[in-house]
Amino acid sequence: MILRDLRDPRGGGIAGATFKYWSVAPAVLVLAALTVLPALALLRMSVSTITFADGREHWAFTPARNVAALASDPGLAATIVNTLLFVVVAVAIEMAAGLALALLVGSLTRGKGVMRTILIVPILVPPVAIGNMFKLMYNYDFGLFNQILVAVGLPAVSWLGSTSLALWSIVLVDVWHWVPFVFLILFAAVEALPVDVMEAAHVDGANRWQMLARIKLPLLKPAIIVALLFRAILAFKAFDEVYLLTGGGPGTSSELVSLHLYRVFFEQNQLGYGALLSVLTIVVVLSLLGAGRRFVVGAGAP
Amino acid sequence: MNASARGLASLTWTPAARTRALGLALIALSILIVVGPFIWVLANSFKSPIAILTGAWSFTPTLDNYVDVLSSKRSDFVHALATSFAVAAASTSFVVVIATLAAYSLHRFAWAQWAVRAMLVWTVAFHVIPIITMVGPWYVAFRALGLYDTRTALVLTHVVINLPVALWLMMSFFRAVPPEIEEAAMVDGCHSLAAFWYIVLPLVVPGLVATGVLAFIFSWNEFTIALNLTSQANATVPVVVSKFANDYEVQHGPMAAASILATLPALALMFFGQRFVVQGLTLGAVK
Repeated sequence: MILRDLRDPRGGGIAGATFKYWSVAPAVLVLAALTVLPALALLRMSVSTITFADGREHWAFTPARNVAALASDPGLAATIVNTLLFVVVAVAIEMAAGLALALLVGSLTRGKGVMRTILIVPILVPPVAIGNMFKLMYNYDFGLFNQILVAVGLPAVSWLGSTSLALWSIVLVDVWHWVPFVFLILFAAVEALPVDVMEAAHVDGANRWQMLARIKLPLLKPAIIVALLFRAILAFKAFDEVYLLTGGGPGTSSELVSLHLYRVFFEQNQLGYGALLSVLTIVVVLSLLGAGRRFVVGAGAP
Repeated sequence: MNASARGLASLTWTPAARTRALGLALIALSILIVVGPFIWVLANSFKSPIAILTGAWSFTPTLDNYVDVLSSKRSDFVHALATSFAVAAASTSFVVVIATLAAYSLHRFAWAQWAVRAMLVWTVAFHVIPIITMVGPWYVAFRALGLYDTRTALVLTHVVINLPVALWLMMSFFRAVPPEIEEAAMVDGCHSLAAFWYIVLPLVVPGLVATGVLAFIFSWNEFTIALNLTSQANATVPVVVSKFANDYEVQHGPMAAASILATLPALALMFFGQRFVVQGLTLGAVK
């Protein structure tokens, strides 16, 4: 009875009725002003050419020109290929390493808390600092990686300066940065595995691998899919480290989608074409999310 | 360990013990991989330019790099620290209040299902798209409003990028409050605003802390927006730190020192509020 009063704004009295609306108003206002309006502006920009003159902006309606720019953008093809390679390889490694770490730490009898604390540090460090740190470690002359290579008798390598290696050097940084995130999600799931099921399997004589393949992995599947979906989508956001480490180079060999958008918007000052590319990027990312969501619901995840 | 000793060890070790040792070795390796880069960069931040360039493992520590970063007029690091603190503190305060109120309303009151769904779908969509796609229209709008290169622009944008996670986090914390507690308050004559303020809010203080800590860290770390919506006057710490890597004459020592300094606030929050950080990151990702 009381609960229904609470849930019915008219039943909750004047204070309840107005509280319901004004409490949500600031969030709606912020989202409308800073996401809905900009999204509409982005759509308008995507069919326009914007120039700055006499201290103000001038808009011209040029949809054909923006679409044509798509075909003549020299970096676009490389960006698409690089982004796909980056997302697939980085996320695959992150999932495998994150899952292995979660199972490994989950099997510890002591020190789980400490391990979790240490392992999630990379998520909280400013990505710019991570970029700088790896730029120092990748340094040809004195970087840690080449020091190790030389110490074991291998030749030094140009980690960021070679077209065949730059993208994979970026992948390595992304893996270092985000394995902890996959670990964190999957570790929570490992800790929540039902103890009675584990014990029953043990009593029935299941060995370590049977436990893993037949019991643990199937039970972890929803969490694995959620982590995979998250990483696959958020990998498109990678910007800070690429910007610092290679700036997309040499040439376009490590140019990823977010960096390409930055260059079109802020280096080439093509606001209209940049907006068109942005709209296309958003469509791709949201389609991926939609397709992935159906998959998640099918797997019985929350 | 010589060959015969190793042979002896493998004879006496049971397979289970060997698996266990392998597991511990892998754990030690993973700690090394996470901590190693910090230690190496920390060491370099105390090196003279010559010690850095020769890759020396033993060196005489110097504070020159930190002095350079903190006092150099060129980088304006101290000014950036002040800007970053101001922006992170303000945006965190706003987003915690805004998200808490909205989360409570959506959780407690009889909103139409489509309204709640629209809010969730929109915030998820905004959270997953690359933020650089929004920076273009923000740039145009803020220039038109005279807000380009102001702290206001940074606070506003940092509020909105943290709003989705803050909203979901607070909703999940409100869901964990037993409805009976609020019912009891209403029976005692509280109206809904009073029940929210005196009864429910004190119960979700851990949620407020988790949301606040995460919002502060994300604002502190944020680079893409700050890079493009500010110039020299309101550059944040990440923008200034990035300059060390991209200047024509790269100064490796100050670059290492600046990276370490930029990392300290996140590490401090990590140690004081790690329970909240872990809870926040896990819930924010899974819900």
